[in-house]
Amino acid sequence: MPQFQEKSIVVTSERLSESYFRLVLESPRIAAQAQPGQFVMAACGSTLDPLLRRPFSIHRCLGDGTLHLLIKIVGKGTKLLADLEPGESCDLLGPLGKGFTLDPDKVSGLVGGGVGIAPLLFLVEQTNARYPQHQALHVFLGGQTGDDIRQLGQEFEQIGASVSLATDDGSLGMQGLVTQPFEEALGTLQQVFVCGPMAMMAATATLCQQANVPCQVSLESHMACGLGACLGCTVHGADGNYRHVCKHGPVLPAEEIAWIR
Amino acid sequence: MDSLKVAPDLRVSIGDLSFANPVMTASGTFGYAKEFNDFVQLDRLGAVAVKGISLEPRAGNPPPRVVETPAGMLNAIGLENVGVARFISDKMPFLRGCKCRVIVNILGDSIEEYARLSEKLTGVAGIDGLEVNISCPNVKKGGVAFGTVPEMAQAVTKSVKGATDLPVIVKLSPNVSDIVAMAQAVADGGADALSLINTLIGMAIDTKTRTPKLANIIGGLSGPAVKPVALRMVWQVASNVSIPVIGIGGIGTAEDAVEFLIAGATAIQVGTANFYNPGATEAIIDGISDYLVEQGQASVRDIIGSLKVGN
Repeated sequence: MPQFQEKSIVVTSERLSESYFRLVLESPRIAAQAQPGQFVMAACGSTLDPLLRRPFSIHRCLGDGTLHLLIKIVGKGTKLLADLEPGESCDLLGPLGKGFTLDPDKVSGLVGGGVGIAPLLFLVEQTNARYPQHQALHVFLGGQTGDDIRQLGQEFEQIGASVSLATDDGSLGMQGLVTQPFEEALGTLQQVFVCGPMAMMAATATLCQQANVPCQVSLESHMACGLGACLGCTVHGADGNYRHVCKHGPVLPAEEIAWIR
Repeated sequence: MDSLKVAPDLRVSIGDLSFANPVMTASGTFGYAKEFNDFVQLDRLGAVAVKGISLEPRAGNPPPRVVETPAGMLNAIGLENVGVARFISDKMPFLRGCKCRVIVNILGDSIEEYARLSEKLTGVAGIDGLEVNISCPNVKKGGVAFGTVPEMAQAVTKSVKGATDLPVIVKLSPNVSDIVAMAQAVADGGADALSLINTLIGMAIDTKTRTPKLANIIGGLSGPAVKPVALRMVWQVASNVSIPVIGIGGIGTAEDAVEFLIAGATAIQVGTANFYNPGATEAIIDGISDYLVEQGQASVRDIIGSLKVGN
C-alpha cells in the first residue's frame, strides 16, 4: 500500500482537557489510504530539537480529506504540536504499519486506555460505514480523570457503540481500572481490540486468553523512522523473537507478544 | 548575454568505481532501500549502503534501543540483520533493480568471519562494493573493537581485500585517540577508501528512575549533534591519508554535505536525517547542484578538498 510524505495543514486544534487535544489536519493523500490501527509519523516543529518525528495512531478519517489525531501532551514534541494553530502545517508520513482486522459478524469489545483510545474511534466509524449490519460494538474507556475521556465517551455513544467508563479518580464512570467492566462483559464478546498502556493491554490480553477470545493489541514504542529502517521499536515476542512495532504492528495478535517477562 | 545553463557535473569516483553524485545513504539508516521507495527516487542516489550484514542472522539487543537526545539520538540496535543468505535471496533482487550503486556493509566477530562474508558477497550481481564495519568487538581478542586497535583494523582490511575483488571501504570508529593513525593503518592494509565517522559512544539516564534510558546502557550517538566532530575527523584524515574519504556524521542539508566536501570528502553519506526527513538525500543532491551553480563551479570535484586555511 502506498505511503506518503504530506505537508498537512491544520484545520482545527481542539483542547479536550488539560493534557489531551485533537488535531484535525488536511491530509488528503494519507487519509484516503488509512486503515484503523495504522499510524503516522508527525514532525514536531522545524528545528533540530526535538529531532525525531513522533508516532500517532490515526484517530479518525471522515472521508473529507482530513485526518484527525488524538494527542496527549507528554513532552517537548507534543507541546509543539499542541501550539499549532489553524493554517499552520505539520509534515506527516503515512499511513504506516498494519491495522486492525475486524469480523463484522462477531460481537466486539474495544478497550482503550488514555490516549490509546485514539484508533478505536476510527475503528468504530469505519465498521459502521463499511458493514451497516455489523454485530454490536462494546467500548470500554479508561482515563486518569473524567475530563480525559468524557467527550470521547459521548462521541462513541453518538455513533452507536455501547460505552463503559472507568477513571482512576472515580470522577467519571466506575473508579478503578477499565479491565474491571471489561472482564464482567467478556463472556458476551467474540473478539477484542485493545490500545493503551502496556499493563492494561497485558491484563486485557491475559483475560482474553483465559476466555479463549481472540484479541488484537495496538502497541506503542519509541521509534526513529516508522518505516522499518531504524529497528528501534522492538518488543519481545512470545516465541522469543523480536517484533518491530512499526512494521509487524502496531496491531498484532495478543498471543504473539511476551506479556510477562 | 545569456550564459548556457548546464547542470553541474556531480559525478565522483572512488578508485575505478564511479557514482552519479556524491550522495549516499549511511548503513543502518535506510534499511535495504525498499523501505524508502515511496519517499525517495532511489535511482537518483549516488549509492545505498545497506544495513550491516553478518554471516548468520542476528536478533539484536533488547528494548529500549533508541532514545532521542538534543539534536541527536542514541541507538543500541545490536546489529540486528537477516544474515547474508537471506540478504542475497530476499533483499538483493529489489536492490539489483535500482540504478544507484549498492554498497554492502559487513560486520563480524572474527577476522575469518569478515573474510567468509566477503567471499559470499563477491560475484553476487548488483553489489558494487563492500563497506567494512570495524566497530564490532573481536570475540577472539576479549571483545576489543577491531576499530580501536590499528593492527586489528589493518588485519581485517587485509583479510577482506584478500577475499574479494570488490572495492573495499573501511568505516572508521570515532571512538579512538588518533583517527589519522587508524586511517593510515587501514589504508596501508589495502583499503580502497575510508568512510567516517561511525557513531560516538554515549549514554542517557532517566533521573526519575535512575536507570539508563537504553537497555544496553550505552549506545551510539548520531544526528546533527555529532557533525562538528565528524567534520574535524574527516578533515584530519583527508588531509593526511591518500585514499578517498566518504564523510558521514550529522549531514541533513546540502550545506552540511558541502562542508564535508570542502573538508576533503569525495562523497558523503546521509544517516539519521533519513529518519526525520526521508527525502533528505534528494534535497541534498539538488542543493549541492544549486551551490555549484552559485559558486560558478562546473564540477563537484572542483570543491572537494578546497578548504582555504590561513592567508
